[in-house]
Amino acid sequence: MGTLTSTSRPVLNVSTTPTVVFGNRSLIWWGQILMMAIEGTMFAIFIASYFFYRTRVSDWPPGFNVPALKWGTLNVVLLLLSAAPNVWVKKQAEEARLRNVRLGLVLMGVIGIVNCAIRAFEFPALNCRWDSNAYGSMIWTLLSFHTFHLVTDTCDTLALTVLMFKGPLEGRRYEDVSVNAIYWYFIIGSAIATYVVIYWAPRWL
Amino acid sequence: MSPELMTPEQTTLETSANTSRLANLERIWKDPSGFWGWFTHVNHRSIGKRYMVTAFIFFLAGGVLAALMRIQLSRPENHFLGPDLYNQIFTVHGSTMMFLFAVPMMFEALSVYIVPLMVGNRNICFPRLNSYSYYVYVVGGLLLYAGLFINSGPDAGWFAYVPLSGPDFTPGKRSDIWAQMITFTELSALAVAVEVITTTFKMRAPGMSLNRIPIFVWAQTIVSFMVVFAMPAVMLSSTMLLLDRTVNTHFFNPAEGGDPILYQHLFWFFGHPEVYIIFIPGTGIVSTLISTFSRRRIFGYTALVLSMVATGFVGFGLWVHHMFATGLPQMGESFFTAASLMIVIASGTQVFCWIATMWTGRVVLKTPMLFALGFFFVFVIGGLTGVMMASVPVDLQIHDTYFIVAHFHYVLIGGAVFPLFGALYYWMPKITGRMLNEAAGKWHFWLFFIGFNMTFFPMHILGLRGMPRRVYTYPTSMAWGGLNMLASLGAVFMAAAVLIFIVNYFWHLKKGAIAGDNPWNAATLEWATTSPPPVYNFAELPTVNGRDALWDAAPDQPIVGGLDEDSRQILITKVMDADPDYRDELPGPTPVPFIAAIATSIFFISTIFLPSAFFPTIILVGITLLIWYWPKKQPSERRKRREIWEH
Repeated sequence: MGTLTSTSRPVLNVSTTPTVVFGNRSLIWWGQILMMAIEGTMFAIFIASYFFYRTRVSDWPPGFNVPALKWGTLNVVLLLLSAAPNVWVKKQAEEARLRNVRLGLVLMGVIGIVNCAIRAFEFPALNCRWDSNAYGSMIWTLLSFHTFHLVTDTCDTLALTVLMFKGPLEGRRYEDVSVNAIYWYFIIGSAIATYVVIYWAPRWL
Repeated sequence: MSPELMTPEQTTLETSANTSRLANLERIWKDPSGFWGWFTHVNHRSIGKRYMVTAFIFFLAGGVLAALMRIQLSRPENHFLGPDLYNQIFTVHGSTMMFLFAVPMMFEALSVYIVPLMVGNRNICFPRLNSYSYYVYVVGGLLLYAGLFINSGPDAGWFAYVPLSGPDFTPGKRSDIWAQMITFTELSALAVAVEVITTTFKMRAPGMSLNRIPIFVWAQTIVSFMVVFAMPAVMLSSTMLLLDRTVNTHFFNPAEGGDPILYQHLFWFFGHPEVYIIFIPGTGIVSTLISTFSRRRIFGYTALVLSMVATGFVGFGLWVHHMFATGLPQMGESFFTAASLMIVIASGTQVFCWIATMWTGRVVLKTPMLFALGFFFVFVIGGLTGVMMASVPVDLQIHDTYFIVAHFHYVLIGGAVFPLFGALYYWMPKITGRMLNEAAGKWHFWLFFIGFNMTFFPMHILGLRGMPRRVYTYPTSMAWGGLNMLASLGAVFMAAAVLIFIVNYFWHLKKGAIAGDNPWNAATLEWATTSPPPVYNFAELPTVNGRDALWDAAPDQPIVGGLDEDSRQILITKVMDADPDYRDELPGPTPVPFIAAIATSIFFISTIFLPSAFFPTIILVGITLLIWYWPKKQPSERRKRREIWEH
């Protein structure tokens, strides 16, 4: 498209700049990173509150057995392993390899669903209820908060999977897959923090 | 391949070709008109104006509540308002002014309207998120006032301390309404923060490197970062309060290991940065006004920007000075005293830069400049009493007295409302195309300034004489009646001043002088287009040659060309030097953000009454977000045909 102007001022012609970019060049990356900053702050505040409660009593956990390790550990290990296909699908998206992207998304979707399923077993393993005491309220809320993110990203991945199979396909969808993979790193990172606080802090403190 | 600078076009193009190009731009960028069209707008100026009008209406509502309180307190043992209603009124007044007026006006409204113009682009990034944020904010405000009108107005103060606001002492729905109002308004502020940061860093006109960003844009960007890290704290503390009240958690219940002090920590970890979130936009405005009306570049640009950044950081290290009366360890209190005093270094730097600018410039005393000077006077007094209170012994003496009320009104009205009125007189010609009346403006300023000091200065003395805040009346024997009457009379002056502004506003829409593009001969890019700007903001997208874009522009300053003009394509530039980076396309008008905001509102409000509504309503929100995200076939294919991948 040519630009018509009524003046004779010089023109900085940008018609050859790209329209599909990845990483910190693209707007959606900035939106995603800032959302992660907001959510990350929320995790940090929850965790700080947890340790605030710890300073108020002598026994920890107060009045309950420590949470059972089995399901939580299984879930966090699975999440750690999922980093490998996540790296891969991000790279495939940035190189626009449609077949591999589809494969990677299906795999990540399945992993997400399995994570969500295991999460359902984690809540009873906390060995307390949210309305038992402040400690119970805290760990239930923290785990729920992470679950909320886990479910959200799994739904995102499934929606992207449908789009990558059904279309309409364009460069932006590959950007979305790349950014969605960054969000999954956030899920993994926050899961590690959540896991250490919920399952190990009561054992160490 | 890097974009090249083409030689000047030699041929003068026919005017008709240009007219049809502009008509086409108008068609591409216009949002639909009419009642239903209103719900589909994504233009930043349309949403920005709504934020301004809505926040101003809440300002008036909060002002009416303030007037009711002043009537009640004007004489001792008054029975105009009963204690319960008085509690609701001061709580809703404070909550309105902080959450529904100050932040939405100083941050959201002004950023959304002005930042994209100042950086020389055609819309804000994430325009649908922008309109979503507006609707969410409106519903939050309506929720608060609906509560007040059905005698369920929150009544535990604007910070809703537990245990008073908790399930034991405030049964009913009053605190729940407050807590969800917070969720609404903070969600909206967070959304705008994300937009402003991204717009500032990625959507500036070519040539506007980081060290050429207008100070106002810097201010709003710094505030955005503060919002990102501060607002989550209050969203969580109010949510925890809500959970304690609705599903029997024990976050703040000391009988079950909870702790009310945690609530105060979380609230003030937000609450103190909040003060700067309200006030830093004011410094951005004042820097802009002082430069324009001193007819020179701002003195100490780098020092000013860095002092704002410093304020942004140090602002997070002060929160405990709101809690000196809670019996915290002395070591901790000393740290927060030192940090509180440290903020003076940054504020002092700003004030000296402004003085130097005026000293070496040629000051033009138009109404906006009067408000900037009023800000100086009032804010410095507020700052001085702030330094006094940073000292723990002084703080303990005056805690919860009218001295505090005087202090924070000096800081907040001085730091926000004075600059705001200056900003409205300054930018109104851009927004409506007509000038506000100068004579009325000067009446407005002097009445407001005198009335403000009459109302709030006596409160310092009342506080020192022991009058506690938040009492609905006081006995005659305390001898507080005279100063309270004086304060109430001052409020009449302030009300008259605001009334003059409102009359001036409606007068200027019809009779105000036509403004022209740049009535103040200012330096920033919003003045490089018509008043009001066209829907596409700039017919020719500008480039920038210096810190003061219009003052530094070369006679043949280049323009940006080569964007597709059959879609809402915009230029994205690089973070550091704003070199052209890539082209992106912004979405057009759509009702989906409105629908998503309604779903979000159903989610927030229904969970107050029925916790189990969480699951169905969150699914509803998820569905609307999926519809929002789902790409449309036709534009998608058009984009695909023209794709150029990064290299």
